[in-house]
Amino acid sequence: MIFGLEFPPIEKLVEWPSFFGGDAWYGLNKIGLSALIAMVLTIAIYLAAGSKYKKRLVPTGIQTVAESGIEFIDSGIIDQTIGPEGRSWNPFLLSLFFFVLITNLFEVVPGWQMPGNARMAFPALLAILVWFIFLVTGIRYQGAGYFKNALFPPGVPWPLYFLVTPIEFVSTFLVRPFSLAVRLFANMLAGHILLVTFVVLSEALWIKQWYAVFLPLPFIMLVLLTGFEIMVSFLQAYIFTILAGVYIGSSMHAEH
Amino acid sequence: MELLAQAASGADQIAFGEAISAGFAYGLAAIGPGIGIGYLVGQSVQAMARQPEAAGMVRTTMFLGIAFTEALALIGFVVFILLKFA
Repeated sequence: MIFGLEFPPIEKLVEWPSFFGGDAWYGLNKIGLSALIAMVLTIAIYLAAGSKYKKRLVPTGIQTVAESGIEFIDSGIIDQTIGPEGRSWNPFLLSLFFFVLITNLFEVVPGWQMPGNARMAFPALLAILVWFIFLVTGIRYQGAGYFKNALFPPGVPWPLYFLVTPIEFVSTFLVRPFSLAVRLFANMLAGHILLVTFVVLSEALWIKQWYAVFLPLPFIMLVLLTGFEIMVSFLQAYIFTILAGVYIGSSMHAEH
Repeated sequence: MELLAQAASGADQIAFGEAISAGFAYGLAAIGPGIGIGYLVGQSVQAMARQPEAAGMVRTTMFLGIAFTEALALIGFVVFILLKFA
């Protein structure tokens, strides 16, 4: 509490009551609903675009969105990280991208204003999924040699393996999923808290006192930061997807 | 002096320590990545200006580098949240 300003406790910012069901396993709150909407919206976009594909080859409307998404994943992410032979990863990376993007964008939807990824559950689950997939891909493409290549990089003098192997183990198998999850989570939580700070300031100045003349300052910052957070939502979805691509790519090709 | 003696007792002292360390945790964690990202983006802009046809590749690598560098500052932010609220 500073100068009569009360910042709400963190539980009030990130915990939402269930619409129904309370704490039972079927209870659904804002965050769970945002995940469902992200899933249904992505499927709906691609079904709607796919059903019109045969009729007209020149893309219009929803088809433009769908095709630019595929094009972006193909040329912007897969070609840069896995290589053109990794185009078959497009469906996975595309759904990952759209899921993260839509749950992030709920941060700035008026009346909703809660990014699903500001709770650790979503980023952690997605990171564990990516971790599992790049491990399985590595074993599928390189067999047991995958662990040999990852833990004992060739071209290193053998006494250095005492130093290199533990570092490689920690950085490849432990830090990768952890930092992938924490990056997304902390970015969205920080953005959410930033917006809340300026909302609290603006609300506190909405009074009949002389110092209400300062109201435009936090309000303008709030509007600008909302635009900034839209950019951050896109950027974080992009970074999450491209890092998933990098990890899968490093499992498919042995390092020389 | 009486006020100071009161403030320095028991639970207040713990809260004081937590508040101070939470502030320092984030502040110190932001220094290194701040310098790092500044240098990284500066060099990338220079590379793009010198060789505009390589801009796409440089941009992808730049975002990757930013993602890895930024992780340190974000872990500092998580530590701040844990110290402050947990």
